[in-house]
Amino acid sequence: MIAGAPRLAAVGDEAAYKIHARLEGVTRVYPPRAGHAEVHALGPISFDLRAGEFFSVVGPSGCGKSTLLDVLAGLAVPSAGTVEFEGKPVHGEVPDGVGVVFQEDASFPWLTVEDNVAFGLRRAGVDAAESKRRVDFAVAFMGLRDFSRAYPSQLSGGMRQRVCIARTLVMQPRLILLDEPFGALDQQTRLLMGDELLRLWRETSATVLLITHALDEANLLSDRIGVMSARPGRFLDIVETGWPRDRDSRLAERADFGAVTSRLWSYLRGESLRALGQGTAAR
Amino acid sequence: MSGGMLTLRAWRDPILVAISLVALWQVLHEIAGDSAVTAPAPTLAHLWEMIGQARFLPHLRETSLAFLQALAIACGGGVLIGVVLGGHKLTGEVAEPILVALYSVPKITLYPVILLLFGLGMPAKVAFGALHGIIPVVLFTMNAVRNVNRTYLRAGRAMRLTPAQTGWYVLVPATLPEIFSGLRIGFSLTLLGTMLGELFASQRGLGFLLMTAIDLHDVKTILSIAVLISIFAIAANAALLAIDKHLHRGAAPEVSGKP
Amino acid sequence: MSKAGWIRTLLLVGAVGALELACRTGAIAPTMVTAPSKMVTTLIKTLQSDEIGMHLRHTLSAVAIAMSIAIVGGFVIGFVLNWVPFLRRAFSPFLAAYYAIPHFAFYPLLIVIFGLGPVPLIVLATLFAMVAMILATMAGLDRVPRVLLKTARIHRLSLIEEIWRVRLPAAAPHILSGLKLAVAYSFIGVIAGEFILSTSGIGHEIAFAYDNFDNPRMYALILFVLGIVTLFNMAVFAWERRMLRRRGA
Repeated sequence: MIAGAPRLAAVGDEAAYKIHARLEGVTRVYPPRAGHAEVHALGPISFDLRAGEFFSVVGPSGCGKSTLLDVLAGLAVPSAGTVEFEGKPVHGEVPDGVGVVFQEDASFPWLTVEDNVAFGLRRAGVDAAESKRRVDFAVAFMGLRDFSRAYPSQLSGGMRQRVCIARTLVMQPRLILLDEPFGALDQQTRLLMGDELLRLWRETSATVLLITHALDEANLLSDRIGVMSARPGRFLDIVETGWPRDRDSRLAERADFGAVTSRLWSYLRGESLRALGQGTAAR
Repeated sequence: MSGGMLTLRAWRDPILVAISLVALWQVLHEIAGDSAVTAPAPTLAHLWEMIGQARFLPHLRETSLAFLQALAIACGGGVLIGVVLGGHKLTGEVAEPILVALYSVPKITLYPVILLLFGLGMPAKVAFGALHGIIPVVLFTMNAVRNVNRTYLRAGRAMRLTPAQTGWYVLVPATLPEIFSGLRIGFSLTLLGTMLGELFASQRGLGFLLMTAIDLHDVKTILSIAVLISIFAIAANAALLAIDKHLHRGAAPEVSGKP
Repeated sequence: MSKAGWIRTLLLVGAVGALELACRTGAIAPTMVTAPSKMVTTLIKTLQSDEIGMHLRHTLSAVAIAMSIAIVGGFVIGFVLNWVPFLRRAFSPFLAAYYAIPHFAFYPLLIVIFGLGPVPLIVLATLFAMVAMILATMAGLDRVPRVLLKTARIHRLSLIEEIWRVRLPAAAPHILSGLKLAVAYSFIGVIAGEFILSTSGIGHEIAFAYDNFDNPRMYALILFVLGIVTLFNMAVFAWERRMLRRRGA
């Protein structure tokens, strides 16, 4: 860790398997709307997110991955079941200590990079000196120092996503939720961003939950991978990768790396076909 | 969903709007009194009576003829100019700011010039109506031609279409929705221009009747004519809007973000 | 300046030059069009007289009042309609048909109701300009990306903060373009009204000069009106561009 850098998260190192967030029997059903039947999007899903782990969720498109994230973040209310974060129930409001990064560009186009990153701190009333310290650190950490006075429109898609990650980082979240954050980026940029995400995870010791549709990405980044079925999404299995904490994209060169991806694909091949059929039928 | 339901829904809004407008009119009448706003029922009766009168028809014909000629010029000329400006990049870049500036100035100040050039009467009204309507048609057509997705043209080449085939099967369907939107706005502005032309220094037409009614303080006639024009404008616009929506049915929704 | 800009300037200068030449040589009779140079000299003379200042003041004050009401009222109404789905459903058919109606057909009625004077002009221009602002405000608020609203929830903003810090800045480009239209439409409404029938104002002066066959004065005033309105529109346009430039809009 960089000397003198502020500590970005505050999770105790006591129990190895401390439960950080818990979903129990969570379902999400969208009520029928004009011309559309009711949609059972998710669940029932039950699982525990362990403190400090990197957990990925993979699944066919439309399986409710993003709904799962919204429910966990408090952005959506489950139709049934309960969600807990650090022992307290989550219900339709984003709990303190949770940060979210979306797939779409969520940088504010009217603010500079610096002001974007400082957005949450200013709203939370963090004092100016502390705010500046954290912003400077996050901007440097995400490699944005040369662009701190730039506006998002002057940056590439990958850089804008870094701005969003930095904006989440300064709030010192204990749980970081990422909804396909690299979905709109090209493959090379994805790999680099993946490495940075791993570095961020190691150095903040936050818990990370990543939604992705890229099996290699999930494999490389995660301690555990939840494999979801086609709609209504449920976990078919939770795969433990067993990778060392200190890892990066060179992990893909290992002989046993491909075996995990193959295993994920063997689960998902049938589900993806089913999802494709659902998509066609819905048109 | 059944077809009957759909027609019912399609007609519900216009009927509700018509009812509420008449209600609003009645309320205005109650507040302002007969000397300012006559009540809906007598006014509409007066309108009906007026339409039946022989002395009214020449005025109606004059305005309609002026409008239709202006509309033909605005649409035909506008599409033609728009295609040229859209097809030739530099010409378009030269012309666009001039057109936008012209759109945003009070064109009424140019009416005396048109009167001097064309003389009092039909040609001046037609020219003034067309001047209003042609600008949106040109701007929309130009943008439609400019924004044709280059991939469509490449796909056309890949399928070895002749230039004529590319024009008919690719360019026309790709630009038609936008061009039609321009025509719809051009329709409204041509009507506005024609009416403006008739309100000033005119000797015939609905606008002339409106102006003579001011001196007679003939509120009933003023309202009758204004309502007649509005009904025509709203009905035509609704029909054009329906076609417009139908043409745009394949277009992507504008709202961003995941549903 | 860009290549197109140079060509445009040359084209306009050339057109003015050709007109000047045609008028000087008598190819165009002075009863039709006066020479551009004469328009300018007459304009300078006209501007030195006292009464034109009065007319200008009347026009500009009517425009300023109509513009302010249209912009503030249009924004508030647009915001409320966007916020209350019921009202929006009720009003959207009106709004869709609004600009199809030739508003000036109602100007005679406004004169009968309010009498000749500034009031019917202000009412006419406000009615003409306000709905552009309403529509632009609604369009802007409609197009605020959902992900930005989600971001506001993640930062646990209050409703006021969400509107002030996220919704309005995100909708600003549309709102500014509505403002631009409201400015242009206010000018059009007031000057057209003055031109058709009124007792003072620049539009009235042009019509008056026309009626009295005073071509030099008429052309000078037309040049003046088109000039100041274009300058004003360009200033608003440049201001809008400056506000939006950095956002890459």
